[in-house]
Amino acid sequence: MQCSGPTDAGAGAGEVASRIIRSMVLTDDDLVRLQTTANRIRQDVIKMLVAAGSGHSAGPLGMADVFTTLYFQVLRHDPRRPDWPERDRLVLSNGHICPVLYATLAEAGYFPVAELATLRQLGSRLQGHPHREKLPGLETSSGPLGSGLSQAAGMALVAKRDGLRWRTYCLMSDGEHEEGNTWEAVMFAAKYRLHNLCAILDRNNIQIDGFTEEVMPLEPLKAKYEAFNWHVLEIDGHNYEQIVAACEEARAIFEKPTLIIAHTIPGKGVDFMENRFEWHGSPPDAANVAGAPPKGQQAAVALAELRTLQGRIRSEHE
Amino acid sequence: MIPLAPHLDPRLFADDLEQVPTRNGYGEGLVLAGEADARVVALCADLTESTRTEAFKEKFPERFVEVGVAEQNLVTVAAGMAAAGKVPFTTSYAMFSPGRNWEQIRTTACYNDQPVKIVGSHAGVSVGPDGATHQALEDLALMRVLPNMVVVCPTDALEARRATLAIARDGQPAYLRLSRAKVPQITTERTPFAVGRAEVYCEGSDVAIVACGQMVYRALVAARDLAPAGIRARVINCHTIKPLDAATIVRSAEETGALVTVEEHQVAGGLGSAVAELVVQHHPVPMQLVGVQDRFGESGEPDELLEAFGLTAAAIAQAARAVVARKRGGMAAR
Repeated sequence: MQCSGPTDAGAGAGEVASRIIRSMVLTDDDLVRLQTTANRIRQDVIKMLVAAGSGHSAGPLGMADVFTTLYFQVLRHDPRRPDWPERDRLVLSNGHICPVLYATLAEAGYFPVAELATLRQLGSRLQGHPHREKLPGLETSSGPLGSGLSQAAGMALVAKRDGLRWRTYCLMSDGEHEEGNTWEAVMFAAKYRLHNLCAILDRNNIQIDGFTEEVMPLEPLKAKYEAFNWHVLEIDGHNYEQIVAACEEARAIFEKPTLIIAHTIPGKGVDFMENRFEWHGSPPDAANVAGAPPKGQQAAVALAELRTLQGRIRSEHE
Repeated sequence: MIPLAPHLDPRLFADDLEQVPTRNGYGEGLVLAGEADARVVALCADLTESTRTEAFKEKFPERFVEVGVAEQNLVTVAAGMAAAGKVPFTTSYAMFSPGRNWEQIRTTACYNDQPVKIVGSHAGVSVGPDGATHQALEDLALMRVLPNMVVVCPTDALEARRATLAIARDGQPAYLRLSRAKVPQITTERTPFAVGRAEVYCEGSDVAIVACGQMVYRALVAARDLAPAGIRARVINCHTIKPLDAATIVRSAEETGALVTVEEHQVAGGLGSAVAELVVQHHPVPMQLVGVQDRFGESGEPDELLEAFGLTAAAIAQAARAVVARKRGGMAAR
């Protein structure tokens, strides 16, 4: 059974992104469905950030295709049962890109899409960085960088030792590979041969102070992980078929955790934000930014651009 | 003779009183907790023998996790295991956990409200020859400021065993502070113990001495030594620093009018601070804080160091006399 996410979680209990039976072969209909959903999630992200007046723009837009593919194609999960014991676990390590997680969870049916407008407000379940106890569908609280992979490894270790079939996915930023805690986890996951653990690294090359290779060079990331005894794949993070195929290959790898390096374009889908580190930690319409429309028009331009594309966002790598 | 609680070891002031490190009691308690609850797992950061996690590892190898010298990973892996339904005990030296991984404890254990147990062995100056780098004197302060966290500093090995069993069942983050050196075994199986409940070990009406860890024994010695001078000191084992037993402490402030706190920890932020924060709001009385006075530790033998840092029965008695004098001076002034 496949169904697209509802635009409003109140649309009906049956209309959720529950994917208990999965297909790893994408049909043309699947591609259109994923494109449409990702486009809607990007628009949600822009609207949320404008409403909040603060937050990160580039990362959430860049990871919209990965999130969409995971929640609407790859993960075994059930938005009606966030505590379903058999669910796959998704740990978001770089909590600052939570607007895209929130938008995806809402589109999948975990809570009403209308609630997205409360991002970062007093009393909201949508905290500036994720708080596990507040919102259904969150596996952990995150924000301080470098701790997600360890937690995902802890989950995967329990599943492996107890013979449980669910898988654990961990989404990470490239910048948080400057944290020592990350490498402690990389070493640990290889030691315990956590083949039920799949990490996805958002390789968008930017962090707050600039490009990663200027702030603190990370390359060669693939070779580093391989030296730590991981199985490593590199994909275009905007290509749904590649994302699905990589997750499927990870399932077939035995005795090693898998890292998927997803090359993404920060700000993807909004021309004036793409590849600009200035948009890493800023929302639209908060300030005038070089190369962007004036403050007050940024969100409108971004939304118009997304709507014009009608969900037909294609990767520059194709 | 002073009015000691009858459940304490009758050899309390005898030369042959048994001496056992609290880490031993933890090791025993961990095995018992593992037998009682299959969800209990143990993680260690390359200190399995000296933290007494070894017995658990031998009994339940499939429930033991060796993370190596990586304390940030220690607690975050544990948080992940807790999220997957386990009750993880993480063990290292207090200086490294919680000394090095405080933010990870805060975010992944406390903010997540997962039942991750932080066990910090080798706390206090009584670690001895290893010196200041290995003598945690700030760990109680680090842990007691965290929401959701329970903080326990057991007085002896038996109490450590019981505390381990108790926190294994409480379903929330907890910090257990342990000692390397042998400490007097003062409690018995008949001694009441519950997390969050301070116990009066000696009755007295002139001053209340509130202590934790091995300082409870030294406080009892101080109470004995104060008696001939006519000072009747109440001694309270306040093993739980958070949640503090407000009723027992405030009542003691009301009934004695003078307080002394004693801890093998910086006076800033530990037991003394916690007691002061409480009584200043409910029943302020003259108070003296016995502990480490804004210094680092150093190498030496445990008893030499306790002496050098003023953590002796004589120092406690001196503080009690001083606070009683302040109380009486204040009364005279009125």
